[in-house]
Amino acid sequence: MRENVVIRTVTRLAVPFILVFGLYIILHGSSRAGGGFQGGVIVASAFILIGIAFGLDETQRRIREKVRTIASILGISIFIGIGLLCILFGANFLGYAAIPLPLDTPWVRGLMMEAVEIGIGITVMAVMTSIFYDVATKEEGE
Amino acid sequence: MKRWAALLTVIVVGALLLWAEGDMPAFGDPDAPAHAHVAPRYIEEGAEETGAANLVSAILADFRSFDTLGEITVIFTAGVSVILLLRRGERL
Repeated sequence: MRENVVIRTVTRLAVPFILVFGLYIILHGSSRAGGGFQGGVIVASAFILIGIAFGLDETQRRIREKVRTIASILGISIFIGIGLLCILFGANFLGYAAIPLPLDTPWVRGLMMEAVEIGIGITVMAVMTSIFYDVATKEEGE
Repeated sequence: MKRWAALLTVIVVGALLLWAEGDMPAFGDPDAPAHAHVAPRYIEEGAEETGAANLVSAILADFRSFDTLGEITVIFTAGVSVILLLRRGERL
């Protein structure tokens, strides 16, 4: 199940740019318009594009199901981990200001917001890709 | 019969909602309760407190990050449900 050569070539050219744009959106969550949810969906769209152009079997070999499942757990763990880290340093759950970094409080909070956005981005990317592939995969012998 | 009962329910609930809608604040009303409680503080001090130029992100990821954790849990749960119902092949 491979699409014709035009679609494959355009996909090969476009996917790196889509991935960079998605990372840009995730990493500019606190300073400009952006955020984990949007960026995660953009990165997922790159993977879905690969799946459409090169066929599902080919793509399943590259990005395995196990990796996607682990990535979705990893993202949410980053979020909860930062929250628990704040408790460890004596603040409320997700009270970023308590984390002792050699920076001013607004910087620490901004950095932790970025970290949380990255966690959100990883989970959203993995879940979106995973849903697409699970729904699109054909039953064996079909 | 069942169909008429369903139609009646829809009409009654719709009428109740329309009736209650009259008490809502006007769209964009600056005196609405949602804009009078914590929103001014977020707007005035949010940028300095969190170091974030994007106020929407500051509210989502800092002031109300626990709510965002709930949202991401919803997405994660949806993904896990699809995996459990539809995934074939590998075990995980």
